Amino acid sequence: MLNTAKEIIEVCAERGIRIYDLVIEEELRRGNTEEKIRAGIDEVIEVMKQSSTQNLTQSETTTYGMIDGFAKRTFDYANNGEPIVGPFLARAMARAFSTSEVNASMGKIVAAPTAGSSGIMPAMLSSVIEKYDFDATTLQNGFITSIGIGQIIAKYATFAGAEGGCQAECGAASAMAASALVEMLGGTVEQTLHAASITLINVLGLVCDPIAGLVQYPCTFRNASGVINAFISADLALAGVESIVPFDEVVIAMGEVGNSMSEALRETGLGGLAGSKTGQRIRRDFLKEGE
Amino acid sequence: MTEYSAFEVMGPIMVGPSSSHTAGACKIANVAADIVTEGYTAVDFQLHGSFAHTYKGHGTDRALVGGILGFEPDDDRIKRSFELADEAGLSYKFTQTNLGDKFHPNTVKLVFSYPNKDDEFIIGSSIGGGAMKIVDIGGIPIEFNGEYSTILLKYPEQKGVISFVSTQLSTHNYNIESLNTSKDKLTNVVTLTVELDQPLTDELQETILNDPRFSLAKYVEVDHA
Repeated sequence: MLNTAKEIIEVCAERGIRIYDLVIEEELRRGNTEEKIRAGIDEVIEVMKQSSTQNLTQSETTTYGMIDGFAKRTFDYANNGEPIVGPFLARAMARAFSTSEVNASMGKIVAAPTAGSSGIMPAMLSSVIEKYDFDATTLQNGFITSIGIGQIIAKYATFAGAEGGCQAECGAASAMAASALVEMLGGTVEQTLHAASITLINVLGLVCDPIAGLVQYPCTFRNASGVINAFISADLALAGVESIVPFDEVVIAMGEVGNSMSEALRETGLGGLAGSKTGQRIRRDFLKEGE
Repeated sequence: MTEYSAFEVMGPIMVGPSSSHTAGACKIANVAADIVTEGYTAVDFQLHGSFAHTYKGHGTDRALVGGILGFEPDDDRIKRSFELADEAGLSYKFTQTNLGDKFHPNTVKLVFSYPNKDDEFIIGSSIGGGAMKIVDIGGIPIEFNGEYSTILLKYPEQKGVISFVSTQLSTHNYNIESLNTSKDKLTNVVTLTVELDQPLTDELQETILNDPRFSLAKYVEVDHA
């Protein structure tokens, strides 16, 4: 099992291996085979490609229509407008919206690591496919690396919005995406961990406040900003920018921040945007219909 | 500290929007339908806790019906499960209930009705990340999570049953992952669950499940990845 950042870096250096090798070794110990792991990743990648592109040219109908059409609108703007962040990043946000809409309308997605944060890895994936000519093995290695990052987050903190806030869901997904990027782009093991650290640092304290408990609003925005967070953090790490605090300690800090957050801000539908006048009105209407 | 396997982090592949309210619910119903006797014509989904309040918005209702129809949590047809159930002649309804504090907030009691015999019921809880456990079969507390292929047996208490089952399995070279019994003190009926690390052969199913000592004998197969 993956332990501290220091141990991972040392083991990888000593044995000349990468984070994904450690993840595969752990799976072999569980009785899995490398062939099955890679086939499983390919299956995940196919579902993600579909969910992140499905709604770029059409608009899905979700419960309450809070987020309908965001993907298509953003994708059109990315391609025909003059996005401040440039077409590439705007398209990435549109792709994150696409999966969020698919998720909210009961379409097929991959919980990566959760359903609420399921837009981030696919948006990263479809964007790198657009920009780079990676072969299947490189993509698999990136994804397996991101699993290792997720395992560390689960080990020292949590993925559950109800326990850790949105930092634990979209934060974890973004850190996973950032680590995949650095691996695919040939960064060092240290850089992979720095990218994950920077990503989480950027969202420490991010609350989980979905209106009416539905996985739509503001979840969808945090999927869009999450993939951008992954891009900038990966770029900073590849540029040589470092996190002084090692990744495992960042994760522990995230866990502590989550614990010290008011329960109202942890997926209870009571605080944050869910607690706003509008959020509460939508919640009342929704619960009435559920009766 | 929780240690997750690779595809617990990157997965499950599922239909949205919520791993606990949609994927977990679907899996409960899917497994419950495998456990009960065939031939039911109606299912009453009695929703407890958070399930009772949020089932519509999270598609828990469609996921439950989809599970009964045999759909896995990643099946696109879940979204259309109501019309597919109508076509299959299965009637269903949703009621809100309070099963009491001892049950997890995401719990459902599935009551299966038959034209010519008494109802059967199963209670299952969705415990997060798409995982679930069946916690009650017809009033008998149980813990069954659907991770391993499992033999479920009910019988009036008597000697030799456990040794019969374990001997059959060990003779055929099976590893038993877990073996659990619980006894209803009032009726002296024992529920025995045996989790296996590989699917049971047809031949062995026949030998174990058809033993006359069992008042209920079921085998639930799980795809061992």
